[in-house]
Amino acid sequence: MTTTIVTPKAAPAKEVEKDASMVKQKEMMAAHYDRLTSAPQTGEKVVSTFVPGNLNELTMCFGLLNNLPEVNAIQNGLRRTSGAFVLEAEKIGHSEDVCTYVKSDIGMMAKGNIAPNGKRFPDPDVLLLSYTGCFTFMKWFELLREQYKCETIMLHTPYMGDGKITPNMIEYMVKQLKDEVIPTLERISGVKFDIDRLREYLKKSATAEDDLVHVLQSAKRKPSPIDAYFGGIYYIGPIFGAFRGTDDAIDYYRFLREEVEARLAAGKGPVTPDGDMGKEKYRLVVEGPPNYTNFRQFWKMFYDEGAVVVASSYTKVGGVYDFGFRHDPEKPLETLAEYCLGVYTNRSLPMRIDMLTNYVNDYDADGLLINSIKSCNSFSAGQLLIMREVEKRTGKPAAFVESDLVDPRYFSAANIKNRLESYFQMIEQKRAATRAAA
Amino acid sequence: MKTFVGIDLGSTTTKAVLLDESREVIGRGITNSRSNYGTAARVASEEARVDGRFTLFRRALSAGGGKSEELDEFLAALERAFRLEQFLEQLGDLEETCRSQVKGERFAKVESGVKDAIGEVLNRLREEAPALYAPGAKRKSDFFRDIAGSRYHAHAEEVARVAGLPYELLLNVYDKSIIDVENRPPSGGLSDKFRRALARVLAVDAAVKTGATDVPQTIEDTLAIELEETYLVGTGYGRVTLPFSKEHIRSEILCHGLGAHMMYPNTRTVLDIGGQDTKGIQVDATGIVENFQMNDRCAAGCGRYLGYIADEMNIGLHELGPMAMKSDRPARINSTCTVFAGAELRDRLSLGEKREDILAGLHRAIILRAISIISRSGGVTDEFTFTGGVAKNEAAVRELKKLIKENYGDVKININPESIYTGALGAAEFARRAYLGQTDGREA
Repeated sequence: MTTTIVTPKAAPAKEVEKDASMVKQKEMMAAHYDRLTSAPQTGEKVVSTFVPGNLNELTMCFGLLNNLPEVNAIQNGLRRTSGAFVLEAEKIGHSEDVCTYVKSDIGMMAKGNIAPNGKRFPDPDVLLLSYTGCFTFMKWFELLREQYKCETIMLHTPYMGDGKITPNMIEYMVKQLKDEVIPTLERISGVKFDIDRLREYLKKSATAEDDLVHVLQSAKRKPSPIDAYFGGIYYIGPIFGAFRGTDDAIDYYRFLREEVEARLAAGKGPVTPDGDMGKEKYRLVVEGPPNYTNFRQFWKMFYDEGAVVVASSYTKVGGVYDFGFRHDPEKPLETLAEYCLGVYTNRSLPMRIDMLTNYVNDYDADGLLINSIKSCNSFSAGQLLIMREVEKRTGKPAAFVESDLVDPRYFSAANIKNRLESYFQMIEQKRAATRAAA
Repeated sequence: MKTFVGIDLGSTTTKAVLLDESREVIGRGITNSRSNYGTAARVASEEARVDGRFTLFRRALSAGGGKSEELDEFLAALERAFRLEQFLEQLGDLEETCRSQVKGERFAKVESGVKDAIGEVLNRLREEAPALYAPGAKRKSDFFRDIAGSRYHAHAEEVARVAGLPYELLLNVYDKSIIDVENRPPSGGLSDKFRRALARVLAVDAAVKTGATDVPQTIEDTLAIELEETYLVGTGYGRVTLPFSKEHIRSEILCHGLGAHMMYPNTRTVLDIGGQDTKGIQVDATGIVENFQMNDRCAAGCGRYLGYIADEMNIGLHELGPMAMKSDRPARINSTCTVFAGAELRDRLSLGEKREDILAGLHRAIILRAISIISRSGGVTDEFTFTGGVAKNEAAVRELKKLIKENYGDVKININPESIYTGALGAAEFARRAYLGQTDGREA
């Protein structure tokens, strides 16, 4: 009788492995938090704004430091403090179905508004809502305005319902920038707007954007030297946050690009928390944000099976650069408008379908995986239709898992693992069927 | 002979299927999953091997000229006798284990009395055992714990009263022992039990009619065939907790898809409602999964929901369907939340609604949720196969047929009496294919 039962040896706990770029990225983020929490002492003024459509180059013209509430929620998710904050917000009266970024933020404020460095966040001097498709952002800032009693500016970005940017749209946005946004920022900051200073920052943005695109597109190679979702989240941190338009960002993305080039040259796959990934078996395109409360556990479900994410839409929520857009110092206000219009959250369902189809084809992926977010109605609506359509156009199998951003209660490891493994095995079977038919 | 084992470790029950080299099912086994998947896997595959022996007996006896009807009767008698032997063996184990628990301060003054009482209870159990396995006898369950438990309680109460001992002492000893006994494989060899069972059958009727020549020799020859576990594949929720290496694990979604395809090769859509999940699966003409959807972390509307309802109403799970079938005015129920199931039920009863109408409404609510999951997986394409424990429930099936017709028109609906084994069947076939070198699990 053959025995098929083996006892797996328990692996000793290991140090988490990180790329040098990841270490550098973490240092940058930490430095920014220190700068933010020291604002009351240094006298720097603070603007709260959101990642999609953030106007970092513009706000830097007024010496404003940016604070991004959803990045804070992500940090709390990764540090496993978001669960308690979500509960706190529910205690205050927010429903279980409300966006958990919002609840994590509200709960954090209720519990003393402590930043990841252990110091108190400063109150914002202004809330700048660059509205790019997420209705909840607007409601969120309404709540924050109530809390901080500070000024609010709203830049309205027209939705890309017809799939294209018209001159009218740009004009409409530039007018808002000129008539509302810039004068208000001047008044609050006491700094006069200097368009040449803006041009200078925009030029720096474009340089970093070139390197970022180079890094993201390295995933077209086999094996992919990066994971464009789990690793990608580290890569987008600086450019989606407080560093776009800075020398720091230029340095980081040059450094990152070199690191990725070296991996490519060595024929290496991505670095995972458990070290170099084994053999690349599955190449996936992922739609939707990751789960942050169980980020490593979620990632492990991929790399343990040899699955690497070669492209993702989530790493485009703070700017889509891989189809040619760059911040353009020649048209400083127009380029800001174009940037806001193009971010992933502002794209229509057909545009998202086109983009994901393009990724599956261009990155030679095995299929599309959707991580649907329970508490994000704006992003999750229509995802099954997207899935069907991408499946139809690419002829590649797709799959659907469900979790949440930062609410640990919505992460069921057994359920997600079950679906992922089924999906990988399904891809395996499909491949064999294709081979047999060839 | 080579056998290929598929084990489906479900949240409620663990199923095993044994395939031979020509892809024929030779045995099926089922046991409750307990909280111990390792034991459940062992017991279920052992049961499948026992069942496999009967298949081999039938094959051998048929080859020896046995006539179908007479063989049915003989093999049924042999199985009853075998089950009785197995039951008696486990009673022996139970007695020994119970006795070993009688120690320490609690029993200081009553040790011998309790031991005697245990002996008496077990003797009574042994006495009535043959009746449990008599032709036509109905058992509520085939699991040792269920059969022995209720009778032990009944006898212990009386024996304790007569002996002037606290009833709780006897119960306590039983509770401490039953898990061990249940998790222990029967110590005696299977072949010996078959021999004793045959002797029992022959004792009743020495000239047993099967039409086959030399029954005892045929049985003996068949017992000599070794059932080699050539390859094993595990699936189901418990698969990750078992020490199976990766190549011996398949996703239950793929196993259900393949199993349904094996039962009904024209299947394109599969619905599986199990204890804690509901799956909608689309398969192609070769049984490869094209798409699937399942419930997320919430098990609302799954099999367990019906289990809670049955507990709440203090009736057996299998009685729910027939009761719901009596309704002609199903209540409108929207929530399939398992946690609120009891409250919903009590609420409606207090409003004066009839039990059967409420139950019919609950069944409809479950199926509505399942239909939503199927539609998310891509809808229903002819033919449609319904699997899992809930497929045995006639009220659920009635609602399903109605809703499929309303939403997808005329579709052939397959429900196999052995549908609970669908996942294990697919797993066994994956095992067979893996042995043949098709590591991706696809048919050559």
